[in-house]
Amino acid sequence: MASKEIMTLNMGPQHPSTHGVLRLVIELDGEIIEKITPHIGYLHRGVEKLSENRTYHQTIPLTDRLDYLAPMSNNLGYILAVEKLLDIKVPERAETIRVIMAELTRLKSHLVWIACHALDIGAMTVFIYAFREREMIMSLYEKLSGARMTSNYFRVGGLSADVYDGFEKDVREIVDTFPGHFDTYEGLLTKNTIWVNRTVGNGVISAEDAIDYGITGPALRGSGVDWDLRRDNPYSGYEKYTFKVPVGEKCDTFDRYKVRLVEMREAVNIIRQALDSLKPGPVLADLPQVCYPPKEAVYNTIEGLIHHFKIASEGFPVPEGEVYQSVEAPKGELGYYIVSDGGTKPYRMRIRPPSFVNLGAIEKMAKGSMLADLVAVIGTLDIVLGEIDR
Amino acid sequence: MAENNRAVLKLREKFASSIIDVKEFRGEVTVTVNKEDIVAICAFLKNDLRYNLLTDVTAVDYLGKDPRFMAVYNLYSIPNKDRLRIKAPVTESDCTIDTVSTVWNSANWLERETYDLFGIVFKNHPDLRRILMTDDWVGHPLRKDYPLQGPGREPYKGRLS
Repeated sequence: MASKEIMTLNMGPQHPSTHGVLRLVIELDGEIIEKITPHIGYLHRGVEKLSENRTYHQTIPLTDRLDYLAPMSNNLGYILAVEKLLDIKVPERAETIRVIMAELTRLKSHLVWIACHALDIGAMTVFIYAFREREMIMSLYEKLSGARMTSNYFRVGGLSADVYDGFEKDVREIVDTFPGHFDTYEGLLTKNTIWVNRTVGNGVISAEDAIDYGITGPALRGSGVDWDLRRDNPYSGYEKYTFKVPVGEKCDTFDRYKVRLVEMREAVNIIRQALDSLKPGPVLADLPQVCYPPKEAVYNTIEGLIHHFKIASEGFPVPEGEVYQSVEAPKGELGYYIVSDGGTKPYRMRIRPPSFVNLGAIEKMAKGSMLADLVAVIGTLDIVLGEIDR
Repeated sequence: MAENNRAVLKLREKFASSIIDVKEFRGEVTVTVNKEDIVAICAFLKNDLRYNLLTDVTAVDYLGKDPRFMAVYNLYSIPNKDRLRIKAPVTESDCTIDTVSTVWNSANWLERETYDLFGIVFKNHPDLRRILMTDDWVGHPLRKDYPLQGPGREPYKGRLS
């Protein structure tokens, strides 16, 4: 009998497979993982503290920088929480555009996931292809909001501006070409022997354990739990669209891969339905106490200028109370818990980041497997450190 | 209404003495309970009322009020698609509360974060260390008396030019 000797290995924070600045201290028995101690917080910027000192509108750009791969999903969760506190309704057109952008954001995030996950396990081609497709969405982001990543496009009560001419054509192009690209990824991976050997049976977590560890989103659905906030607690008009919620069976990395791929196809499906139902109309609610005036009025009238100045400098008061609003972000349940004391700034804003909670289960998923499989587990959890550390 | 909520009725039946307040705002039910019974109540909610997912643990600092802190638990029931918020007051002099990580594993990291940023000590927690700040950090940043600029720095007075 060989004696058992534990070796401690440090991985990260600067490591290409940790998807950011994640540091893992791993205790190994040979190549078998005995214990993982994650160290996080390298990217902590104190977003929750900062937001207590900013008006409700000034916090929107901060939310862009949480999950920087899916900025519009973060914006959406935040503004929905503020709108719930204010108890206001937004115009239908704004809601529909929000859904289109949120689903494009899901595609964008999942494309980075498939690219990096595949690259980590050794399939470089998918990385190049997926980033090529992601560029189309990035260009659309830039045309729409002026920024490729930090979009800051949604506003409390609607959107910052209506979409540009030709937006629908650009989205249609994405919707029409993407299913073909998904076929390419599946062709490259689903029956690829190396991919299958590396992912089947890897990072298994049962449905019961996954719920116990608070895992949400595609990672939970990969464990066979049929739960999607867009369908079960609809927000922003998701109840109008029909879509399938994919679930896995074997609770492993391969099933989570299949779930996310179907999710991408369903996202395209939702965008198509939303585009068909898009009607002309206002994109900002008619609530002068809360919403910015139209730019034309700001530039040409003194009343408009004063109005803009007042909203920008002072903000708007929000009724006293507390709400929790969550959205199905690409990584899982992204929740905002806002406590208002009746002032123009949140008294407390708590962000419930999906990646943070999902990462908590990493030891459960990787213990007892080989060190090389840990990289696949990190990839399948689809974490973003900007959101974990906030 | 909050009073007719199934969970509230059951809680009133079983833990009548420990319920401090029941509120409904924008369709969300919040139940404030005594911190001594938090583990028993959470275990009851999980096992009997099927609130199987603990989505979030956090706290709010009401500086100047007594009790100063409020520990907040956001629960979700996947079978019933239903949310419930449990709050428990924590005083500054006895800044502790029992851990619910024995009920849900997800509480482990969430409570560590709450400890790190608010300084609320979760009793019987298996691994109560700082999580976002460094291990040798002094103070708890999300407390209201913690300066926004960080310790030992002049407060920002705005741009001079």
